[in-house]
Amino acid sequence: MHPMTPAPYRVSSRRVDRADTVTLTLRPMGGPCPPFRPGQFTMIYAPGVGEIPVSISGRARAGGYAQTIRAVGAVSRALCQTRRGDVVGVRGPYGTAWDVQAAAGLDVVVAAGGLGLAALRPVIRELAAHGSRYGRISLIVGTRTPATLIYHRELARWRDVHGIDVQVTVDHPDHAWKGPVGLVTRLLDRIVFEPRRTFAFVCGPEAMMRAVADDLVRRGVAAGRVLLSVERNMKCGVGRCGHCQLGPLFTCLDGPVLSYARAAGLLAVPEL
Amino acid sequence: MDTAVADSLDPLIAELRSRGFAVVGPTVRDRAIRFAEITGAAELPAGQGDEQDPGHYRVVERDDELMFGFAASPDSAKRYTQPPRQALFRMREGTVEEAEQEAPRVALLGVRACDLAAIAVQDRVFLGRHPDPAYRKRREALFLVAVNCAVPGGTCFCVSMGTGPKATAGFDLALTELTEPHRFLVETGSERGADVLAGIPHRPASAADVAAAEEVSRVAATRMGREVDTENIQESLAAAHDSPRWAEVAGRCLACTNCTMACPTCFCTTVEDATDFTGSLAERTEVWDSCFTLAYSEVGGSPVRGSGPARYRQWLTHKFSTWYDQFGVSGCVGCGRCITWCPTGIDVTEELRCIR
Ligand SMILES: Cc1cc2nc3c(=O)[nH]c(=O)nc-3n(C[C@H](O)[C@H](O)[C@H](O)COP(=O)(O)OP(=O)(O)OC[C@H]3O[C@@H](n4cnc5c(N)ncnc54)[C@H](O)[C@@H]3O)c2cc1C
Ligand code: SF4
Ligand code: SF4
Ligand code: FES
Repeated sequence: MHPMTPAPYRVSSRRVDRADTVTLTLRPMGGPCPPFRPGQFTMIYAPGVGEIPVSISGRARAGGYAQTIRAVGAVSRALCQTRRGDVVGVRGPYGTAWDVQAAAGLDVVVAAGGLGLAALRPVIRELAAHGSRYGRISLIVGTRTPATLIYHRELARWRDVHGIDVQVTVDHPDHAWKGPVGLVTRLLDRIVFEPRRTFAFVCGPEAMMRAVADDLVRRGVAAGRVLLSVERNMKCGVGRCGHCQLGPLFTCLDGPVLSYARAAGLLAVPEL
Repeated sequence: MDTAVADSLDPLIAELRSRGFAVVGPTVRDRAIRFAEITGAAELPAGQGDEQDPGHYRVVERDDELMFGFAASPDSAKRYTQPPRQALFRMREGTVEEAEQEAPRVALLGVRACDLAAIAVQDRVFLGRHPDPAYRKRREALFLVAVNCAVPGGTCFCVSMGTGPKATAGFDLALTELTEPHRFLVETGSERGADVLAGIPHRPASAADVAAAEEVSRVAATRMGREVDTENIQESLAAAHDSPRWAEVAGRCLACTNCTMACPTCFCTTVEDATDFTGSLAERTEVWDSCFTLAYSEVGGSPVRGSGPARYRQWLTHKFSTWYDQFGVSGCVGCGRCITWCPTGIDVTEELRCIR
């Protein structure tokens, strides 16, 4: 099959997370879903509109990929507007994964900015399911306003049932907000981890990821133990369109998940 | 490799046509030497040459009757290996139908050594981790008749890039045009090539024929219009991301994308989507794209490479540095097209000298 040919998937459920964000469950119309590793993405095609990379945020209980999409432009809007039963195209999964196993025995910091939480969800679910394999587990989340926070119920469950230290900060509080305000890096002071024995997973806007990663490294976390997920324009996902290049890397093949040891120098070059 | 001598190309063209190949060779049209289908050697540009310099191209009369007395043409084999527009698939409701993968049987006559190197580069791009069956099919349907360059152009630097001027691999047949008397030394590079040669009149090459052909390539190698020092080029360019020269060259670059369209190895694409008027049938098409556009690097509403210097840096660094990281070879084969076809005459060889 041609690497650009998608398989038809049906939207088997649709959950509205927020005004502009929905989580779709996508199930292949023939055969089972190919396996995925946490951090990988698929290229989702809205027929006639276009195709975009979207992280897999989990395997749905009834089978299929759960994918959380925010409407920001033509394609993401078309996907958010699909209804149960609609057909979309899916290619993948593609790309590198969050190496959760590498965090075994270590304290774990998961840092999410905005929708970055969707790409980190498979990591958090793994940590929650096998908490005893890891040291202290913290999840810090930065979001624009209290209303833009996604996965409320799961955040509560991760905290209350699985004992993960979940902290949320907002840029712009509303009247009811009693939690922290400001950058997600501030939350690093509010969680407990032993830097020399810590592994971190970071996903969000690039500036946020660099700020968190720099802060962690300054505190003594090894750059090779800080993973982040880099976002670049992607038209193919398979190393043929060229768009996703970051210096020597194809973000779709060599990323999106990169260690900060590899990414720091590249991301530090403006407009690379 | 077997060598033979043929006096005329008409039997070769006829033989290839009888085997179902459309023979595509250089012809003069649009005031340039361009690939088009031919039916006989009379359509080749005998006695015509070219003049190539930064931002300059002219077809000129030669004072001899060489049929291949010119350098790289604006067209390259890329047009045939990776067509500018490729239908991908159609989708209606739950069914996806892949586009018919057309692989016309084409014999390209007059492919240069640099172009063969470019095809080898494309093979690495399209037959790597996610192989493209349509590319493979087109590639296998191509019959390549190389012609060793006798008259390199003013923008050629294949010697620096180690790709020419003599074709050493990747062809079915390779010709060297010899004069006094006019004839062609024919080398076979594949079984297919040997088979075709067996079907046309030829005689064994004499030692003098072989020596004459070697002389053509030896002299051509001394006539490179341009030169690049490739020593340490990968590392030194990667380290030059903050050179002031990027801003200087970007001041002359129009971001017109000509260089990337003319380049035989530039492979970037984007996709176009269309629907029929009912909206139920959707079609995707892959088209050539260029790193010089703003949309190319757009993320979240704004381009990663918004400035001209960043886009020029991406292009030049990709060709001469990061291509090695990605594909293990240079992305530049030294054909000179990007220099000739740049409307403002930007010369990559000069930029490399200034940047490194
Ligand atoms: C590895 C990866 C994982 C992602 N995961 C998610 C996710 O889980 N949920 C989600 O909502 N979004 C995700 N995104 C971002 C999402 O791909 C963009 O929001 C989307 O491409 C915007 O397309 P559009 O047509 O709706 O918007 P427009 O702004 O109209 O975009 C036009 C085109 O630019 C490109 N583009 C624009 N923004 C981005 C971007 N941020 N990343 C890559 N290409 C872009 C696309 O090719 C797009 O078709 C991810 C991006 C990457 C690279
Ligand atoms: S970069 Fe220029 S000289 Fe090099 S292969 Fe491309 S067009 Fe030819
Ligand atoms: S051909 Fe010249 S002007 Fe056009 S994009 Fe290339 S370098 Fe710039
Ligand atoms: S997305 Fe096309 S090369 Fe990476």
